[in-house]
Amino acid sequence: MRISCPICGERDHREFYYQGAAVMLSRPAPDAGEAAWDDYLYLRENQPGDLEELWSHDAGCGAWLKVLRNTVTHTVHSTELVTEARR
Amino acid sequence: MRFSGLKVLAEGLTGNKGWGPHWRSPEPKAEYDIVLIGGGGHGLATAHYLAKVHGLTNVAVLEKGYLGGGNVGRNTTIVRANYMLPGNSEFYSHSLKLWEGLEEDLNYNVMHSQRGIINLVHSDGQRDAFVRRGNMMVGQGDDAEMLDPAGVRRLLPMIDFDQTRFPIFGGLYHRRGGTARHDAVAWGFARAASDRGVDLIQQCEVTGIDVENGVVKGVQTSRGPIRAKKVGMVAAGRSSQVAAMAGMRLPIESHVLQAFVTEGLKPCLDHVVTYGMGHFYISQSDKGGLVFGGDLDMYSSYAARGNLPLVEHVTEAAMTLMPQIGKARMLRSWGGIMDMSPDGSFIMDRTDIDGLFVNCGWCYGGFKATPASGHTFAHLLATGNPHPTTVHHRLDRFRTGTGIMDEESTGSQHNLH
Repeated sequence: MRISCPICGERDHREFYYQGAAVMLSRPAPDAGEAAWDDYLYLRENQPGDLEELWSHDAGCGAWLKVLRNTVTHTVHSTELVTEARR
Repeated sequence: MRFSGLKVLAEGLTGNKGWGPHWRSPEPKAEYDIVLIGGGGHGLATAHYLAKVHGLTNVAVLEKGYLGGGNVGRNTTIVRANYMLPGNSEFYSHSLKLWEGLEEDLNYNVMHSQRGIINLVHSDGQRDAFVRRGNMMVGQGDDAEMLDPAGVRRLLPMIDFDQTRFPIFGGLYHRRGGTARHDAVAWGFARAASDRGVDLIQQCEVTGIDVENGVVKGVQTSRGPIRAKKVGMVAAGRSSQVAAMAGMRLPIESHVLQAFVTEGLKPCLDHVVTYGMGHFYISQSDKGGLVFGGDLDMYSSYAARGNLPLVEHVTEAAMTLMPQIGKARMLRSWGGIMDMSPDGSFIMDRTDIDGLFVNCGWCYGGFKATPASGHTFAHLLATGNPHPTTVHHRLDRFRTGTGIMDEESTGSQHNLH
């Protein structure tokens, strides 16, 4: 599996650290309540197919990437910097 | 048909023509008291204990593929009770005791071999941690002994004691741990459940779960609708997919774990050995193949295959521990899909839907749990209340923060357990 870093180009996935589903980008307000925080921290859609997820290019530029990847075929469809995705 | 020494001898002398199928293959009925989604080890064990302990036989096990074709046939067959935290400790202890009587219970040779497990120690800190774990295991009523380096050398003369990177300081020895033939476990439970009247329905994929006014009414399947008073979801690896049919989201991520086996070799390894620094474990099957594995691939995956970097990582650990393994040819490698929970412990509970029960989140420790998972899930389904050994394994423990069982203290990230 290879991931295209927008800064460094296509690299072996071993250079990247895997965080999990990109749901982590939507942090609830501190007072959003138990259910919202449960959703954010623990509950996952976790369906086979395309998944938006967060990878960090630890052994490269160190940037956080939002990656669209298929969990059945391991095909990486697209990558973008989290800083761009949040704009 | 009961197996006995006499029967095996008689069949051997007459060309083995008298063996019949081990279980019936009935058409699904329109309605059952209990429908179990998933005909793996845990589903089949649940069916067996529902019939045997609770006398409930109007039960169907629905399997989308074939019995035992999922993770029960993909694991590395290790059976142990070396857990530490309240909840896990009594559950796995209960499971090991069930294993010890399983072959008599099922009248089936599951090749349960209590050859002992040795967790190697490579640092002072790790030794302290294992002494603590060993004491907890003894405290729960199981067995554990600390071995010094000479003790390890006596049992495992073939491992590399000269390595300087991860020197071997000793080991935690769990004598009652070992292995079992995983296919036979599935087949034995299937045969026992079928004999008592449970319907095992293969090639029957559940495509929907019918819920009316918060009460489960049955399931839709590739072989038509089936009504049920109670439904048990026991499809680890695919739990999130099954739960989504009932509109539920689970605290689960699916990850792939790889395993490997070499060609058959002469006996060289008498125990199960784990090499803590490489997250590597190895044993020798009765056929002679060295069976081993390591870490998750670490990213979400529904592909029952992994990538090459982990193959490299695991074989590096193998070569560091047992350099002679480099002479063996690798026969196969494969992957299984793991339900990873946020604390590394399993979930067995009621759901917010009446009559719908969930058994999931086994991470990569489901095989050793097979008898107790079945026994306790049957208890939950039959009585509506958790078995005393699973009262901690609540579905809502992540939301409430009460009763989280993180054996390795790695934090609430699914893939870190």
